[in-house]
Amino acid sequence: MTQIDYTRAVKYFLLQDVWQGFKLGMKYFFAPKATLNYPHEKGPLSPRFRGEHALRRYPNGEERCIACKLCEAVCPAQAITIDAEPREDGSRRTTRYDIDMTKCIYCGFCQEACPVDAIVEGPNFEFSTETREELFYDKDKLLSNGDRWEGEIARNLELDAPYR
Amino acid sequence: MADFFFNTNLGMLLLIIGQILLVVVPLLIALAFLMYADRKVWAAVQMRRGPNVVGAFGLLQSFADFGKYIVKEIIVPAGADKAVFFMAPMVTLVMSLIAWAVIPFNDGWVLSNINVAILYVFAVSSLEVYGVIMGGWASNSKYPFLGSLRSAAQMISYEVSIGLIIVGIIISSGSMNFSAIVEAQSGSYGLFNWFWLPHFPMLILFFISALAETNRPPFDLPEAESELVAGFQVEYSSTPFLLFMIGELVAVVLMCALITLMFFGGWLSPIPGLPDGIFWMIAKIGFVFFFFAMVKAITPRYRYDQLMRLGWKVFLPFSLIWVVFVAFAAKFGWFWGIYARWTVGG
Repeated sequence: MTQIDYTRAVKYFLLQDVWQGFKLGMKYFFAPKATLNYPHEKGPLSPRFRGEHALRRYPNGEERCIACKLCEAVCPAQAITIDAEPREDGSRRTTRYDIDMTKCIYCGFCQEACPVDAIVEGPNFEFSTETREELFYDKDKLLSNGDRWEGEIARNLELDAPYR
Repeated sequence: MADFFFNTNLGMLLLIIGQILLVVVPLLIALAFLMYADRKVWAAVQMRRGPNVVGAFGLLQSFADFGKYIVKEIIVPAGADKAVFFMAPMVTLVMSLIAWAVIPFNDGWVLSNINVAILYVFAVSSLEVYGVIMGGWASNSKYPFLGSLRSAAQMISYEVSIGLIIVGIIISSGSMNFSAIVEAQSGSYGLFNWFWLPHFPMLILFFISALAETNRPPFDLPEAESELVAGFQVEYSSTPFLLFMIGELVAVVLMCALITLMFFGGWLSPIPGLPDGIFWMIAKIGFVFFFFAMVKAITPRYRYDQLMRLGWKVFLPFSLIWVVFVAFAAKFGWFWGIYARWTVGG
């Protein structure tokens, strides 16, 4: 004679599991949503966030990059290409500063290698394009990124400075 | 004018076509919003927002999806049986739509007031399995074939218990006509006169069987995403896939309407004194549909052997015993005669 677990049988026939699940489901039904309404609402970003690249300038408008090519050397994806020659005033500047954004792995080594904080990865992550060619950034594009995001970039660098 | 519509052949044909459109068009429009409601409920339980971009609160999402399905390319797998391949979604859609011919929405608001309405619905919903089987077989592909095999066994198993549950309702109401079944549930106690109270265990059984019959979770084995990709629908794209989806949803709403008519008194008002009407019918269908959507959100999928065990070893004996019980209770007037509410005969 096998023993019958009557409690279990009653629970089974009264669909206890389903009602419990229903109760839990209704609890979450009225709970606040965990998702953001993305294009209108955005999640918080760390000051260390590594997004789209930018070339910065000094406050007097002079570009920071001195064409030391440390970023080009450290870049593990070999996404950066730099050509340099002296300018008329004798200072060493880049004539070409290209980043292939399709190669870039956003590791942030270029920003860490830079002795003058010229190349940085800003907080922008919404720079998708319709063609591949648009993702081959040149010096003009990077400098204009720098002008556009300078406020956020400067604040992020300042906030992260104590930990570097 | 009235003479033209009631006494000439052309007039009667036009009248019938007009009546059909009057049922089908609002049904399909309502379906778009029910699909949206389904997704919203599912999203809410998972603490997501659900569709909220197209139109106010995303209300027009289904219409956007509709447009997208229509403009996609129709892909026919090599080696598919073309005729059967394209017939399958049409069978699914047509079979679920023609069942609405006998569903009354209000007193006398019915396309075809036949006396064996409940048997007709039962027969038509049994034929629905053909759409799935044909789709899976004609695709000439492994996963769709497995999905359709599962669905064949599943739908047939649960139709048996659905049939027995319906027998209980027929015994109680003394008629197979939906209007008469609803009429049998009217009384001075409002919602306590409806059949859900005396037939409560059968309401639960019918609800679960309806889930299995319409391939809804937790019985969505024929289209189990994690095992069979999308079951019998794998090889379908574009409009044929859309027809499958609409057909399945129409079948779900049909089951909601059946539950409403058989257990929740159709268009009868739940509170004595309030007027009866079509809005009660719509509200009750929406209420039942909410449970369909909730079950989809909260239950994990059954294993195939569990499904078969539940159908044949629990539901079938239970509903069979219930039929015998109801027959005795109706004949000898047990429980103050709540099981014998015949409107005709006796």
